[in-house]
Amino acid sequence: MQRTMSSALFRPLTKRWRMQREWTDGRRMQEVAAEFIKPNDRLSSFERLEIYNRQYWFRVLDCMYDDYPGVRAIVGERKFTKLATAYLTRYPSDSYTLRDLGHRLEQFLRDEPEWSAPRQELAVNMARFEWAQVVAFDGPSKPAITPDDILGVSPAKLRLALQPYLSLLDLDYAVDDFLIAVTKRDSDVLRSEASNAMDSAPKIATRRKPVRMPKRKKVWLAVHRHDNSLFYKRLEPEAFQILSAIGQGATVEDACEKSIALSGRKRIDWAAEIKEWFNTWAALGWFCRRS
Amino acid sequence: MPANSFNGFTEYGIGIGLRVPHYRHILAKKPVVDWFEIISENFMVDGGRPLEVLDAILEQYRVVQHGVAIYFGSADKLNREHLRRLKRLVKRTNTPWLSDHLCWGSVDGRYTHDLLPMPYTFAVARHTAEKIRAARDVLEVPICVENVSSYAEFHASEMEEWEFLSEVAELADCGILLDVNNIYVSSQNHRFNPYDYLNNIPHHRVGQIHIAGHSKFEKYILDTHDHPVLDPVWKMYAHAIKLVGKTATLLEWDDRIPSFDEVHNEALKANKFRDQQLAAAAV
Repeated sequence: MQRTMSSALFRPLTKRWRMQREWTDGRRMQEVAAEFIKPNDRLSSFERLEIYNRQYWFRVLDCMYDDYPGVRAIVGERKFTKLATAYLTRYPSDSYTLRDLGHRLEQFLRDEPEWSAPRQELAVNMARFEWAQVVAFDGPSKPAITPDDILGVSPAKLRLALQPYLSLLDLDYAVDDFLIAVTKRDSDVLRSEASNAMDSAPKIATRRKPVRMPKRKKVWLAVHRHDNSLFYKRLEPEAFQILSAIGQGATVEDACEKSIALSGRKRIDWAAEIKEWFNTWAALGWFCRRS
Repeated sequence: MPANSFNGFTEYGIGIGLRVPHYRHILAKKPVVDWFEIISENFMVDGGRPLEVLDAILEQYRVVQHGVAIYFGSADKLNREHLRRLKRLVKRTNTPWLSDHLCWGSVDGRYTHDLLPMPYTFAVARHTAEKIRAARDVLEVPICVENVSSYAEFHASEMEEWEFLSEVAELADCGILLDVNNIYVSSQNHRFNPYDYLNNIPHHRVGQIHIAGHSKFEKYILDTHDHPVLDPVWKMYAHAIKLVGKTATLLEWDDRIPSFDEVHNEALKANKFRDQQLAAAAV
């Protein structure tokens, strides 16, 4: 019974936000619902099941709407509904928390480009950025390393780890600026937390003034939190390379040397630059011990 | 004095659900509130702002945990990772008891994020009770199960909902979180007398009560938690506390959330109402 009912709930609604009239095997949905749900004097079995089908979709679509305003702005409000419906049909929630609902969105956008065409690449960039914010908001943290902790350790031997909540993103679009513009436009409402009922269609039908799409531009971002507030910080490409290499287990010395060797920038006082970067990163608490 | 053996917290008074729009007000103004109920899953995270807020609340207030995703009624086994995180939170909050719903919501590891009704059969009651016992063994804290509001009934059911709730609670030897609003909503949707429900559950197992608002539609009532408590629910609440005695009560308001002061005023109203009813019953 639970498999049948959940299969019915996971089936997308019609364009008019109603339950589909046909079951997967071609039978009438009314007939299928009547097999396990009693009708009453006001509602048929179909209508009673439909209440749950609608509530499911209203809830998960609202969650996607709130969590992915950037992807929504890129593909457009109406197309986003179709995209989110297709995504959740392919990847129903596999977590007890709605927080994780979008964790496979990037993969979905890569696998099924038709949902975000002609802006698939931009949408993938934004999905990565928005998921990184979920991680930064409440992801785990480890005790940050202080300068005293590594005093006297040679950079040739020093290996550090990065905070688990920190995401490093190399992007092809300035999605950070774009999202700021979108957020400024939207005075979004907080998602309701525990109500068991969703009594209206999701917010997705609303029309909003479009924000100018970002142009192609390489951007290196660190998405992190500080004092439990969310931040994103642009990085120089060399800084991004150093942090990425450290995150992958390289020694501090190797990370710096390889990054500088690959850099095309000339006439830079690399020693001073790198010192300043490390001071900033340490002050932000990005380094922790390797486990 | 506890009113019953599952109700050792009669002095907890009227609680309020801790909700995001009120964080700033609560932390800045520190209003007098008997206790806060938190949605466990919102704080079963690894770090960041949610836990910072929770710790600040715990410094000032008593907190009781209420879950929405254990799904005691799902055919699936208990999710061990969920329980591990829940236990970590129990240790953090020192919740005196913990509640979740008498419902199902996941199948084969896929989650509906809804509180779905169960067929009221003896086999389902046994399965559900086993899961409640197993969860309690892991969590090491008393568990109360909450009756949900529902919009569907199943052909397979062998008993009334209140008989099913009683059967599960007895088999699991657990407490009941009696949601008076949910009883009212279901009674209107399924045409039963809500007072039959109140009169026929094991009153000595009621450890907590929920009251809330709901929305009326043409053919059914929806449990929206987006209104003040309505008159029929106040009347049922009065009857319930006469039956179960002084019991920790939570005012739920989860959608279209008004200012903290408005929710707080509704809680104060509930507190006064409860005391008046108990005083009248004592005469």
